[in-house]
Amino acid sequence: MYDYLWLIPFFPLVGFVFNGLFGKKIRNEAVIGGIGTLMIFLSFLVSCGNFFTLLNDSEKVHQQVIASWMSVGQLQIDWGFLFDPLSALMIMVVTGVGTLIHLYSIGYMHGETGFYRYFAYLNLFCFSMLMLVLGNNALVMFVGWEGVGLCSYLLIGYYFDKKSAGDAAKKAFVVNRIGDFGFLCGLLVLFWSLGSKGVWTFNFVEIAENAHLLQTGGVVVTVVTLAFFLGATGKSAQIPLYTWLPDAMEGPTPVSALIHAATMVTAGVYMIARLNGLFGMAPDTMMVIAVVGATTAIFAASIGLAQNDIKRVLAYSTVSQLGYMFLAMGVGAFSAGIFHLMTHAFFKACLFLGSGSVIHGMHHAYHKAHLHDDPQDMRNMGGLRKKMPITFITFLVSTIAISGLPFFSGFFSKDEILWWAFAGERGHWMLWLVGAIAAGMTAFYMFRLVFMTFFGEQKTDARAKDHIPESPLTITLPLMILGTLAVVGGFWGIPHALGNIFGHMPNYLENFLAPVFEHTQELNGLEIKPEMAHSAALEFGMMGVSVGIAVFGIFLAWVMYIKNPALPGKFVASFTGLWRVVYNKWFIDELYAAVIVNNCKRIGTFLWKGIDVKIVDGIVNGTAWAVKGIGGGLRYTQSGFLHNYAMGMVVGVVVIVGYYIFG
Amino acid sequence: MADYLLSLITFFPLLGMLILLFIPRDNEGLLKSFALAVTLVTFFISLPLAFDEVFATSGGMQYREFHEWISVGSFFKMNYSLGVDGISLWLLLLTTFISPITILSTWKAVDKNVKGFMALMLLLETAMLGAFVSLDLFLFYFFWELMLIPMYFLIGIWGGKNRIYAAVKFFIYTAVGSLLMLVAIIFVYYYAVKSGAPIDGFGVQAFYNLAIPSSAQHWLFLAFAVSFAIKVPMFPVHTWLPDAHTEAPTAGSVILAAIMLKMGTYGYVRFAMPLFPEALHTFIPYLALLSVVGIIYGSLVAMMQEDVKKLVAYSSVAHLGFVMLGIFALNMQGMAGGMIQMVNHGISTGALFLIVGFIYERRHTRLISEFGGLAHKMPIFATIFLIVTLSSIGVPGTNGFVGEFLSLVGAFESDLRWYAVVATTGVIFAAVYMLWMYQRVMFGKITNPKNENLKDLSAREIILMVPLLVFIFWIGVYPNTFLRKMNPAIELLLHQVKSKQVAVVEPVQPVIAQNIVLK
Repeated sequence: MYDYLWLIPFFPLVGFVFNGLFGKKIRNEAVIGGIGTLMIFLSFLVSCGNFFTLLNDSEKVHQQVIASWMSVGQLQIDWGFLFDPLSALMIMVVTGVGTLIHLYSIGYMHGETGFYRYFAYLNLFCFSMLMLVLGNNALVMFVGWEGVGLCSYLLIGYYFDKKSAGDAAKKAFVVNRIGDFGFLCGLLVLFWSLGSKGVWTFNFVEIAENAHLLQTGGVVVTVVTLAFFLGATGKSAQIPLYTWLPDAMEGPTPVSALIHAATMVTAGVYMIARLNGLFGMAPDTMMVIAVVGATTAIFAASIGLAQNDIKRVLAYSTVSQLGYMFLAMGVGAFSAGIFHLMTHAFFKACLFLGSGSVIHGMHHAYHKAHLHDDPQDMRNMGGLRKKMPITFITFLVSTIAISGLPFFSGFFSKDEILWWAFAGERGHWMLWLVGAIAAGMTAFYMFRLVFMTFFGEQKTDARAKDHIPESPLTITLPLMILGTLAVVGGFWGIPHALGNIFGHMPNYLENFLAPVFEHTQELNGLEIKPEMAHSAALEFGMMGVSVGIAVFGIFLAWVMYIKNPALPGKFVASFTGLWRVVYNKWFIDELYAAVIVNNCKRIGTFLWKGIDVKIVDGIVNGTAWAVKGIGGGLRYTQSGFLHNYAMGMVVGVVVIVGYYIFG
Repeated sequence: MADYLLSLITFFPLLGMLILLFIPRDNEGLLKSFALAVTLVTFFISLPLAFDEVFATSGGMQYREFHEWISVGSFFKMNYSLGVDGISLWLLLLTTFISPITILSTWKAVDKNVKGFMALMLLLETAMLGAFVSLDLFLFYFFWELMLIPMYFLIGIWGGKNRIYAAVKFFIYTAVGSLLMLVAIIFVYYYAVKSGAPIDGFGVQAFYNLAIPSSAQHWLFLAFAVSFAIKVPMFPVHTWLPDAHTEAPTAGSVILAAIMLKMGTYGYVRFAMPLFPEALHTFIPYLALLSVVGIIYGSLVAMMQEDVKKLVAYSSVAHLGFVMLGIFALNMQGMAGGMIQMVNHGISTGALFLIVGFIYERRHTRLISEFGGLAHKMPIFATIFLIVTLSSIGVPGTNGFVGEFLSLVGAFESDLRWYAVVATTGVIFAAVYMLWMYQRVMFGKITNPKNENLKDLSAREIILMVPLLVFIFWIGVYPNTFLRKMNPAIELLLHQVKSKQVAVVEPVQPVIAQNIVLK
């Protein structure tokens, strides 16, 4: 079965080429959307085949080399794939969620002039993402890494006649490039430092096998991993490079679901997991990652509290949830982080698609009523649960999942991260506390969103309010599937303490991923502190506390948005300053613009008009004027010049011959 | 046939030019078609070189030709000596490949004195090809100077508003460099004769084995280095480039960017570095510094440009910085990266100038602010422009990535590690200035009514872009086609440079070049 690995990225590539070249001529949405969806579905089938083969295979690491890519001296890079439990899980998520979102897009993008362009890009994105997770060396990963960035650029800028979309697209690409700078530096220093020990390689398996040649905790490992982490902060929207993600909501909503929630933004988490051998050896870097992750989790959640645009709330929520995944990586809970990556893909994709369904309905209603109100502003919604029952139910269960209420998927994964943050050897109670508070805020802003959108009285303009329909099946079917996964997806990774209650149910996920992480964790002592390892009471206690915080958050949202809807207004009135700071995203964008962007422009202008034009050209032109003067009023033309040219030649020859003869 | 292949390739355009002079000057269609045919035939004559497997196994000179040419008494001997190795091979092919494309691009753009234009283009091709295959320094100098003349007239006659200023500036800059080089060439020859070393006229390969004293090497190297640095162009002698590029007609800009700038980088590789290895060793940190400054400086200045063509011109300064950094790494990866980046720059920047030409022909302006929303009216153009932009930014899968990456790998392995870190930030800036420009030209709504009636690319325009797009992806996905035929020649060259450096006492490197942290 593994011989067909190459088919997994190949199918979407075919879809891209087909729709890219012929889509414009075909014009038939069913054909374009059908081909696009079929291709990613075929990848999904091949992925399933490989995945289930791997489940029952004792040999867990497989590589397939297609061709040599670059070969210069000791530098040998292949086009090759790596298939192990980690990439197996990732391709299942990418192709599975990808298929659903393609299907959803057929309905959602109906009637768009750029329909073919959209599907071509979406297929290209899947191709790139699959290259990213399947690459057997860091360079192929980088192809995917930049490829997904490019598709993100193209899809954010899909509505390119909107200036804000163009700006957001460019911002996303440039900020990602800052991260890529880190990725490249990490890659190059790693290549050189392993090479100086005699191993010239970019291959992940060889890197893992030879990581011990570098000194644990040494400068090289720390620098390399920090550089890679900079790359991760760009792609996965962590502090300080998170600012592009909220703006990326300019793209069509299914894009936000696929790229900016479920798959691409998790690439940074995947990369750290893939290079766990190196990261495990760099405790300083791990600490930085954990702190950045926890800080991002709470910081982004705080912004989410005050946003009124339905997609913006979800965007900041994504940044925040990614923070949890990095927190997991930082405390050495690799499989918990990947677990959260998976469950997050389910519930966040469902939430985004649900918001898309709402926007679709609102847009439809406004269109019918010839209104130009903002279909994404939650202040225009309310009471939609009766209009859109399927959207509502799926949205609600996903909200419960992200809030971490017991036995929904997010509960298991988030709790395992918090447990590691508290009880892990690299954990700290403060990391746990920050994570737990952020969880409370998550529950608050998510239920605030649900209450504002689906409950209460309908605030939509009277002329439009009766035209809001439930979305068609292509939209609701993916919602139902993802909603189901958001409920049950967590049972694949039940924590040990809970598993014991259910009659010794093992943590399947952790066991499945063990071949990838076990070695690093043993080698670097990345485990639960021994004094806490067997204390089920403590684990349950922590669980209870975090569930309690979440419930409190939900209660608060209920009080403020259902029980007493006047409260938020009063709150804003009495804390105007604080509210403004939070509502304006802590003014970070403005800070970056003032400090970095404007100064770069200023320097560029100075170099151009100051150095280039005034100084260098000043000298050049000055010399020319001087020559002109010496030439006795010769005109500033070629004849004056050729004269000097000949003179110069003669003088030069005379000087050098003279030097030779007399020197 | 194979004995005279290089001569045939080199002089075929000249032959074509001579015949072209007999075509009546008002028959513009014939003049253009004839020039196109000549360049196409030249390309097909040169094509067998690309398939010759000898370059994959041997790094030495192939297709050698040798005739005595000029001798003045028994003292001065200049020979007609040609040859091609894995280093010049791809530049030669790039020249024969780009030339028909540039001729095709003039179809609508040139309507003033077509005969003169085509004659100069053909003369220029011969001069460029000659420079790449010359193995005799004097012959090289001859072709090098010969290149200047047609380009001077192309800019001065067919250029834009400021064409005279630009042409003169271009000439002064290059001629100053040439003079320095000429002096150095003569000195090397005198030294060789005086020292009684076995030489072959001005044959460069014999000069490789001279043991020129260090102090003299320094001056000679500087003379060559400055001359080539002007051509590359490296900071701070780059200021002729934006003017020349902006004022030159599209075809001139393409030739200038795609091939003539490569003369500078090629000059380093073929002449300045192997002739004076000890001096090279001393000057590398400074040259690398200038390369890196060029990358950052070129990018920042490009970012602020209001004229698309000037922006592309400044981006060349940045791209060539990567080439030079790779070359100065003095190892396989860096050299290969530099070499492949030369070809890449020829393809991508050539394509960018063609693209600027397309919109200039339609709107007679190149100001970014005049455009906006073009993607609505010109979807095919938008797609091609985007691909070329991405290649220029160096997105993996396109040629630009392979070149930049190999150069950086080389630089990281060498003592130029810290320069490489700074150079890597260039990937950020490239995205900034290219995408910002692309956004302002292509995205948004059409705000300027003059853009309402723009036509998408014609069949001719698409045809001339397609070959460039093919190579953008070919080099990006499977660069081995080119790398494997470069590697032996690079190995030989490095051997030449390094074997002579071993004898030298290791000079002290500036602190910045030493690896302080990462040990």
